[in-house]
Amino acid sequence: MTEILGLYNYWIVIFLMMTGFYIVIARENLIKTIIGLNIFQTSVFLLYITMGKVTHGTAPILKASHGGESHGVEGHGADHGHELHVAAEGHVDLGVDAVKEVYSNPIPSVLMLTAIVVGIATTALALALVVRIREEYGTIEEDEILEMDRNS
Amino acid sequence: MMDFIVIPILALLAATAVTVARIRNLWAAVMFTGIYSFLSASWMLILDAPDVAFTEAAVGAGITTILMLATLSLTPRRQRKSGRLSSEDFEERPSKSPLVPLLIVTITGCALVYGTFDMPHFGDPNAPIQVYPNPSFVEKSQPDMHGLPNVVTAVLASYRGYDTLGETAVIFTAGIAVLLILRKNTDDQSSSESQSVTGENA
Repeated sequence: MTEILGLYNYWIVIFLMMTGFYIVIARENLIKTIIGLNIFQTSVFLLYITMGKVTHGTAPILKASHGGESHGVEGHGADHGHELHVAAEGHVDLGVDAVKEVYSNPIPSVLMLTAIVVGIATTALALALVVRIREEYGTIEEDEILEMDRNS
Repeated sequence: MMDFIVIPILALLAATAVTVARIRNLWAAVMFTGIYSFLSASWMLILDAPDVAFTEAAVGAGITTILMLATLSLTPRRQRKSGRLSSEDFEERPSKSPLVPLLIVTITGCALVYGTFDMPHFGDPNAPIQVYPNPSFVEKSQPDMHGLPNVVTAVLASYRGYDTLGETAVIFTAGIAVLLILRKNTDDQSSSESQSVTGENA
């Protein structure tokens, strides 16, 4: 049972991704196509973020009160579940100090922050192109534009 | 306990995506896209990525929606002499048979699901992504950054600082490109008709 349930997040992401893909290829309105691309893009963000999650982990923001020097305060405030976890996998993302805290992976977050900002840039460019196409052709339906191109 | 929050969010995400695919009114579709962004930001927060959640809520749900609404206001389907537009002017035309796209999407989805059988399970601490690099950025960043608590900020602004610089270059380039595309070139011979189109929309 856990074999199946362990992958549910990928399947949800794939469903969202395919919905965006469907909008892109099935709809002929240019703005709708850009909306589909946006949905696809957001589901890719979700795919990466789900990979970085660690069970019982927390956001990768370190506890500031324990500096790099406080190696002595072992295990204080950590419940047994976390401690067991850490003992089993000594190399997962632990805090620098020996306080037993499990952090989720920060690297997918960093990559997706970059991707979100680049995504808004491409979306803005695409929407500007749509406005320009509307000025030239008077429509934003793909088949009408193609027909005009064929007739001219 | 967390499942009571996660499962409704995921169900709403799926429902919103399907609604966007089905609805024909473009204003409503844009609004649903904003809702979709907010819901995905909520899920990201649960998945321990607060920085991405904030950015997604601000950029995905905020700026993208504003840009799309601005584009919609410039692209009605037909012009009215009175200048007043109704909601029908922002509906897309009914599409042709959706069978072929549905088939393509289903096949692609099945191939992707088949691909996930090799993926590590959700939350697995031994997944390759958690094991490399070793020592991880979480361990390295606090001594390197003199006690900066947020690891995401440390990696984004310092370890991957050049990448972030390149990102600002991308934004700058996109801004210039948008300005060039939307510029009104008055010395063009076709300017009279394009001017009239934009003039009525303004």
